[in-house]
Amino acid sequence: MPDKPRLTREQIAQRAAQELPDGAYVNLGWGIPNLISDYLPKGITVYFHSENGILGMGPRAKAGEEDSDLVDAMKVPVTVISGASFFNQADAHLMTRGGHLDVAALGGFQVSEKGDLANWKIPGSKGSGGIGGAMDIAAGARKLIVCMEHNTKEGAPKIVKQCTYPLTGIECTHTVVTDLAVIDVTQEGLELREVAPGWSAEEVQERTGAKLITRGSVPEMRFG
Amino acid sequence: MKQKIVSSLDAAVADIPHGARIMFGGFGGAGFPNNLIQALSRKGIQNVFAISNNCGTRDGELGIMFKNGQVKHVICSFPGPHSNHFQERYAKGQVTCELVPQGILCERMRAAAAGLLGFYTTVGVGTEVSAGKEERVINGKRCILESPIYGDFALIKAQKADELGNLTYRLAARNFNPIMAQAAKTTIVEVDEIVPVGSIPPENVITPAIFVHRIVQAKGMHYAG
Repeated sequence: MPDKPRLTREQIAQRAAQELPDGAYVNLGWGIPNLISDYLPKGITVYFHSENGILGMGPRAKAGEEDSDLVDAMKVPVTVISGASFFNQADAHLMTRGGHLDVAALGGFQVSEKGDLANWKIPGSKGSGGIGGAMDIAAGARKLIVCMEHNTKEGAPKIVKQCTYPLTGIECTHTVVTDLAVIDVTQEGLELREVAPGWSAEEVQERTGAKLITRGSVPEMRFG
Repeated sequence: MKQKIVSSLDAAVADIPHGARIMFGGFGGAGFPNNLIQALSRKGIQNVFAISNNCGTRDGELGIMFKNGQVKHVICSFPGPHSNHFQERYAKGQVTCELVPQGILCERMRAAAAGLLGFYTTVGVGTEVSAGKEERVINGKRCILESPIYGDFALIKAQKADELGNLTYRLAARNFNPIMAQAAKTTIVEVDEIVPVGSIPPENVITPAIFVHRIVQAKGMHYAG
């Protein structure tokens, strides 16, 4: 059964960007979340945080204007906006872990129905793996958005009853934005808030490894 | 005045013994004490117990120490995509590794610096990093006990030092350096510039001189990696 078109990674980022309130302090992780800064809704200002000690990170530095002492968590030369500040790595993670950031967005391999997140290591992968700041961010985010594809390349659900991949954090995810849906983790379980254009709630449920709660008809995502 | 300025990189690291616990500052190519690392490697040190956010970028940063088989154990948070010398040694069992969440790595060093013997955190609960650690519930939250991380030496990079050892850092090159400076018995800093006492306004000092034991001036060495 050939699937219908799903959202692109850019569209997932574009939808996730709408979750950011004006004036928010925000940390963006590797992968799809890193694309979110390109799709901020018009008229809002957010202050991007980087775990190496930057608040108020601006766009990527232009060619020829890079400074190797001013990089983001992915080593990409960046700029700072007016009103930015620098601090040490402990203070940077005091902000992530201590609940000082308004929103954090991370990539994911799996999210469980309780909001557990697995995003740092694939079982059986070679090498040491690496945790970086993900566990601090997951544990402390006031609102954690996980951005990922709804299914693996082989079609397996990435939203599952229980994670089988090594965990990053337990009961830490608040919202999942995928190429098929926007899902909130609630006390009652996973609530399907929106579906991708052209997809029904039933079709999304079929591709999900945990029960999705719906309240009335589920609207299609809009992109601002 | 205590003389902290050392005339050469080699002299600055000359007394670091085999098997020392050494902290290395730097993150994302910024703020690495690359010249001190080269000097340490050059002197043929062995069995280093390293504490560093990552494990080198190809031959750069700590990469040279893994390439030469000079590290026996590393505490880190993210070895990094180009830590190939570390990964090769790790696969062969020639180096062991404790992975620590990045902010917890900072706080474990801060605990050491602050004379605290441990702390409880929710970070890592239910994950691989909680293995073997005491777990309890505080205010309804599951948390684990984390222990301090001490260093015998810290090798760090700053932009400017005065002759007393007061330090400033440039842009985002601060990262782990001020934390490690506080957590080691002996902190050795390489700086771009040494200035007379009094020329850094006190309110601009980031690392106070009490945490700095040796200062060496070295031309910045960057790895594009």
